[in-house]
Amino acid sequence: MAFELELTSPIEVAKDFALAVQDYAVLSAESLANFFRRPLYMDDMLYQADLIGVGSLPIVILTGLSVGALLALNVASTLQQFGSITLIGRLVSRGMVTELGPLITGLMVAGRNSSGMASELGSMVVTEQIDAMRALGTDPTKKLVTPRVGATVFMLFFLTIIADLLGLIGGYGVAHLLFRVDTQQYWNSAWQTLVFRDVFTGLIKPVLFGFIIATVGCYYGMATQGGTQGVGRSTTQAVVASSVLILIVDFFVTKLIFAIFGYG
Amino acid sequence: MPAPTLPSENPAATVASPSGYAIEFDNVSIAFDEKVVLDGISFQLPRGETKAIFGVAGSGKSTLLKLAIGLLRPDSGRIFVLGEEVTHMPEQELFELRRRVGIVFQESALFDSLKVYENVGFRLMEEGVSAEETERRVREVLRFVELEGTYDMRPSELSGGMRRRVAIARAIITKPEVLLYDSPTGGLDPVTSNTIIELIVKQRDVYKTSALLVTHRLQDAFTMATHHFDQATNQMVALPKGQHGEVPMSFLILRDAKVIFDGDAHQLTASRDDYIREYIS
Repeated sequence: MAFELELTSPIEVAKDFALAVQDYAVLSAESLANFFRRPLYMDDMLYQADLIGVGSLPIVILTGLSVGALLALNVASTLQQFGSITLIGRLVSRGMVTELGPLITGLMVAGRNSSGMASELGSMVVTEQIDAMRALGTDPTKKLVTPRVGATVFMLFFLTIIADLLGLIGGYGVAHLLFRVDTQQYWNSAWQTLVFRDVFTGLIKPVLFGFIIATVGCYYGMATQGGTQGVGRSTTQAVVASSVLILIVDFFVTKLIFAIFGYG
Repeated sequence: MPAPTLPSENPAATVASPSGYAIEFDNVSIAFDEKVVLDGISFQLPRGETKAIFGVAGSGKSTLLKLAIGLLRPDSGRIFVLGEEVTHMPEQELFELRRRVGIVFQESALFDSLKVYENVGFRLMEEGVSAEETERRVREVLRFVELEGTYDMRPSELSGGMRRRVAIARAIITKPEVLLYDSPTGGLDPVTSNTIIELIVKQRDVYKTSALLVTHRLQDAFTMATHHFDQATNQMVALPKGQHGEVPMSFLILRDAKVIFDGDAHQLTASRDDYIREYIS
């Protein structure tokens, strides 16, 4: 069986990429602008919030606890070498609140919901349901994208807080049970180390990540081409693109916040 | 064999005029990548008339309907719907215009996450019509397509023919001035096809709705040209022999991205073009 390799010129690839970025930017801007236009589709937003928020709760609980416990386990061995095991609460707290809580929750929800949005909207595209919606006089961006963006941003914010808390509890479990760290000492150190910058970092990230997850998922869904195979491709691309974007944005946001508030 | 140009059978307008036509195409062309799908298409659909559009698979019939409702934009030419030019109309304005136009998609395109009544009443719910009024009108239109029993069902529970009838119900619930049917009888058995053709004839003769009907089945269009809907008996009846074609019905044939015929049933059967004669034989 002979395979023909089709070569695409770099100019074409660059052009396609620029067009995709432009389409993504337009969709993102429209999804935001729709929050100020009627109707707001609150029912759809609540339905999506339930799907994204409540639906993702078990996986967020599990990963939050695990990551907190693992973080504690890993830093404990280093701290023990310096006789500073009492600092374990500080490290777990700062690591979870500023970095791991938002990042892990974002990646988990991206894997679960960005793919879900891409496949759902992609299926609607290939079965002409999106065209039907437009033909019936309804803006699909307003009806389908904006509620998903609103619901994801809102729910990811609270899911991250839950993940942070469970991470601290997981860390406490390891610190107390395996390394005999005093309960009060752990929680005091965990609490006192947090400054405004850490909390701000930890709470601004889920807002940005939620926006990325929903807009990337919806963009790939709405841009689906080529039948059911295209739906599969969109789903994979949505997860990869949203995860990569989350990691890139995470780095730059962290850097920016450190630049504004200082490294102390 | 090259596509014949038959001036007498292709009365294409050269100047667009948003006068009394329900739909008017003026020299419309569109291509996807390198493939020209429609090339200089011109025709008019007078108000109250149904125009059946024929052509082999891939000849651009569905594209033509999507252009008419603004789901696609032409590369060149102008399109008027109900007197308004849709060629460059912003999407937000198109949403308003589309409220006056109904479309039945090839594969029905029902929203599979919604029940039948939500699908049919979708437009009313979007317009903020009260729940009682929506239910009343949904039941009325489902009765029209003889599917009142499916009110609470999901599209996945319906047969192909039933889905097509639900799609018709969804398209006509707001009593649109123009209807666009994309292969409404495609892939259906003759009995179900006949039921759907009867619904289209009813819409044409009772509500005087203008329509573009894309179909592969010539017999469906000839049935429409030789029958009318009798409101007294509530069924489609054949016209007397001498009155065949005396209904607001016309035919348009696409070939090689161009219109090769645009006329009524008499002109079609009298055509001497080899391709057309072969097509209708």
